Amino acid sequence: MTLRTLLLTGGGLAALAVSVAFAVTIGPADISTADVWASVASHLGGGESTLAPLRDGIVWDLRMPRTLLAAVCGAGLALCGAVMQSLLRNPLADPFVLGVSSGASTGAVAVVVLGVGGGAVSLSAGAFVGALLSFGLVMLLSHSLGASMDRVVLSGVAAMQLFSALTSFTVLTSADAETTKGVLFWLLGSLSGADWGQVLLCAGALAAVLVVCLGHATTLDAFAFGEEAAAGLGVNVARARLILLCATALLTAVLVSCAGAIGFVGLVLPHVTRALTGSGHVRLLPVTALTGAVFLVWVDTLARTVVDPQEVPVGVVTSLIGVPAFVIVLHRGRRKT
Amino acid sequence: MSTPAPDTGLHADRVARRTDGRLIVDGVTLVLRPGETVGLLGPNGSGKSTLLRLLAGVLPASAGVVTLDGHPLPEVGRRATARRIATVEQHTHTQTELTVREVVALGRIPHRRAWSPASAADARAVTEALERAGLTDRAAQSWHTLSGGERQRAQIARALAQEPRELLLDEPTNHLDIQHQLDLLDLIADLPVTTVIALHDLNLAAMYCDRLLVLNTGRTVAEGTPTDVLTPALIKDVYGVDAEVGHDPGHPVIRFLRRGSGAP
Repeated sequence: MTLRTLLLTGGGLAALAVSVAFAVTIGPADISTADVWASVASHLGGGESTLAPLRDGIVWDLRMPRTLLAAVCGAGLALCGAVMQSLLRNPLADPFVLGVSSGASTGAVAVVVLGVGGGAVSLSAGAFVGALLSFGLVMLLSHSLGASMDRVVLSGVAAMQLFSALTSFTVLTSADAETTKGVLFWLLGSLSGADWGQVLLCAGALAAVLVVCLGHATTLDAFAFGEEAAAGLGVNVARARLILLCATALLTAVLVSCAGAIGFVGLVLPHVTRALTGSGHVRLLPVTALTGAVFLVWVDTLARTVVDPQEVPVGVVTSLIGVPAFVIVLHRGRRKT
Repeated sequence: MSTPAPDTGLHADRVARRTDGRLIVDGVTLVLRPGETVGLLGPNGSGKSTLLRLLAGVLPASAGVVTLDGHPLPEVGRRATARRIATVEQHTHTQTELTVREVVALGRIPHRRAWSPASAADARAVTEALERAGLTDRAAQSWHTLSGGERQRAQIARALAQEPRELLLDEPTNHLDIQHQLDLLDLIADLPVTTVIALHDLNLAAMYCDRLLVLNTGRTVAEGTPTDVLTPALIKDVYGVDAEVGHDPGHPVIRFLRRGSGAP
């Protein structure tokens, strides 16, 4: 690691820590930074909390897991987006391009609306299974079509259409108004149901996939001029592609099953980060994970406070911020070619 | 001239490649002598590009074998192969924002291990490759700002950063004007590596290559020095055009004749 990488990573970590500590204090109940420290210290250190149980509960059981889940989801989505864009050589690729989110929505709807599993299966479990089924379908389809990267993207588009249609059909024909609203809220991406179990699950998946991706950082560099050029540089293209597609799909599936399909983080943040770090993946991947984390912490804070006491799905807010950024990316892309 | 034992250097032994039931390359044998420049000729679709991919080990052979120092390429492994053999493609494009130096540094990937940063040897190889290709003052520039000829030179510099002993080039002079074609071929001919280069221009092949291999429908139809190979009969046979062949000091010169102009 060079000095610049260390500076960027260290700065990003510091920004993330400050963001989390500050975001937890924001909300209807008046919580100070001192309260946050007191609560965290008592839970991690095991000492007596000086805080009233209600305030302690707000910090430790509600805001802390939610803020951390926002950080982990932001990091994971930005990381997967960066890997997908390099691997598919497509600046418009995002973590959902292989149909993972659409499959997840169908799985979630099957559980919530159709009652698949008879109440024993949670929405998250349904979404996770749906996501993996969709990804599996995309891989099978693209493999039968010859497994070039274009085919992978086209298969993803096909799967996305199919599962979106299934989801819409199920919701429109079977759900009552209240369930529809609940499902829609989840589909747009929301961190309102965050708990510590989800935080640990997502953080574990993020850590594992981050290690895999960093191990393939120079391999991803080699894809800059296409798969044949990568092969000429000694990359086992089929193996690298399979490992990276599976790792990112798995992480995306875990994140989506916990927090729904939060759009635009995975599309836009890698582009913003490239402007800071350049295109080398050793630097890009850790830094984009950090910018994604900081970004989603703040956007979720906005989402849960801006139309207080109502809550806006965080996916709506990321899109509202993401669309203008997306237009800027398109403009820059047009100038280049 | 003595043929070296096939256990040194790059050697294709009756290689074939079948795609969708069609033989693209059909039993080609090629032994490379250290340091020579071999020109690969033949009409469009004759199998030149496919043969180069087989030699680079990027495509597996359907039959026959390509060996490096006597070992079949699949046994040598992709990374080890890429440390010996470098390829320059006909046309390259990227959406990624890279400086010229970063493009050239891609050539160090086969020499690097995961998790380890670029070494001083990596930096030195990149600097030398840039210098050799005459791109030192362009190193910090974006690859997207380069002209077609400079992009090809950058790719050659990237290939040199791989520190290969064998260099394979697929029509690297396509789309370049004549000055840049000659510049590029001068650069390539002076490289201290064994080179196989697919070319369309017979005169350039005659000027710059020590030896020629002519392919037609995937088979070798002629092999030897430019003087031996480039005859009116062969050109008529392979390309279907009439030509006169004269001789400049050291190499033949081909003059194509207009159809129906009363050629001999």
